[in-house]
Amino acid sequence: MLRFEGVSFRYPGDAQGMVEDLSFQVADGEFVAIIGASGCGKSTIFRLINGLEKPDSGRILVDEKPIQTIKNYSAFMPQKDLLFPWRSIEKNICLPMELAKVPPKEQGKRGAQVLEQVGLADYAKKFPKDLSGGMKQRVAFARTLLSGADMLLLDEPFSALDYLTRVEMQEWLLQQWEHYHKTILFITHDVEEAIFLAKTIYIIQDSRPFKEMERIEVPLTYPRNREDLKRGEIVELKESLIGKLRRSVSL
Amino acid sequence: MKKKLPSILLVLTLLLIWQGIAMAIDAAYILPSPTNIIVRLWELREPLLQVHLPATMGVTSLGLLISVILGLLLAIAMDWNPKLEKALYPVIVASQTIPTTAIAPLFILWFGYTIWSKVLVTILITFFPIAITVFDGFKSTKREMEELLYTYGATKKDIFLKLKLPTALPHFFSAIKMAIPLSVIGAAIAEWLGAQKGLGYFSKRMMTQLDGAGVFAPVVLLSFVAMLTVWVITIVENKTIKWRKEL
Repeated sequence: MLRFEGVSFRYPGDAQGMVEDLSFQVADGEFVAIIGASGCGKSTIFRLINGLEKPDSGRILVDEKPIQTIKNYSAFMPQKDLLFPWRSIEKNICLPMELAKVPPKEQGKRGAQVLEQVGLADYAKKFPKDLSGGMKQRVAFARTLLSGADMLLLDEPFSALDYLTRVEMQEWLLQQWEHYHKTILFITHDVEEAIFLAKTIYIIQDSRPFKEMERIEVPLTYPRNREDLKRGEIVELKESLIGKLRRSVSL
Repeated sequence: MKKKLPSILLVLTLLLIWQGIAMAIDAAYILPSPTNIIVRLWELREPLLQVHLPATMGVTSLGLLISVILGLLLAIAMDWNPKLEKALYPVIVASQTIPTTAIAPLFILWFGYTIWSKVLVTILITFFPIAITVFDGFKSTKREMEELLYTYGATKKDIFLKLKLPTALPHFFSAIKMAIPLSVIGAAIAEWLGAQKGLGYFSKRMMTQLDGAGVFAPVVLLSFVAMLTVWVITIVENKTIKWRKEL
């Protein structure tokens, strides 16, 4: 699905590079979490994938095609919901389709289906101010889905939510993933969240610029249960991941 | 209404003090009392409402309309092209240092006593707040939202229409509310300098006749119309922008 080949990148004006000669890949339909300390460059990976930044060298391929040559291959969901306050919920989620010039009738149909699926059918005519934080993130997720892309880039989508809402949203996200069979890349700094959600975890340990990400398979199958997190091997995995991250944090 | 009570009380108190001082001086040609003015307003209602108010409103509306179009076009142009911004922004700001009242006679010289000399003064005085406020509105667009739209494949035009325009809408309303009183001032000053009708002209004529209340009457009428218009705009604004607090 996605492949980085020797990608290097430095923000203009920065003395140090962000990413250097990085290679990794993500399989079709996989749920991948990327973890690392804050400021390590997790979000830069997303900015490179969705074309907001261009690599200085190396290639990024999606389905074996360079990303410059293809369109609408990925959809980005940021930490803040970034819903437009002047648009109703249904108008908000239709925005990517509007930009892709999907006929209005079709927009309405697909929008209604997805709202139903994310459990917000009753809120179509409401405005973002009428919704709670968790609901807004669900709307933002619906909007991401409706871009039609097969790869979803979720950048700490739940980190601004309170603990209970976050736990619920994680379970909800897994259901959505199983329903839509999308490839998901999920950035987080919460180790438990990464283990609960992902099949594969990429961990960034280097300080800037980082050259590689260690790949770790989570020894759990889907569907998952919170109880799984209490299993010995999982607790061990969690401790070892936290250990690795702590080493990379310099205070 | 309850919220406005303190300001209503303040205005009433000030009016009472004014009334008291005016009655003590007892020289209506120097300081007419509020009741004098109201009486005079009533006596002069026909020429004021039928001739002079429409004349001033004509100048004000035409000036405002041109200012809005000009201001919006400039704001859009500056937002669209950074080079234009660099070229125009300082010039627009500098244009505000020109003492409009001082160069207004020049306009009279050019356009005579026609409506255009007065419209030009109004434009000069109002287009600045419109252009700058709306431009700042475009600039206040959240960068993250802009980037999100880019990731959906939006063009520059999409970003302008779907993001910048709605973001700038509250700024646009603020600009209009600022521009209305200014346009009235502009029109009145221009009429004062050279006109054959209009509230500014009427006020000046009453002064030559030492009719103090007659000087005030058109001013009261002007203020009332300006306040009424701003109030109407505020209602439209509240209906249009229910999401103002969200930004």
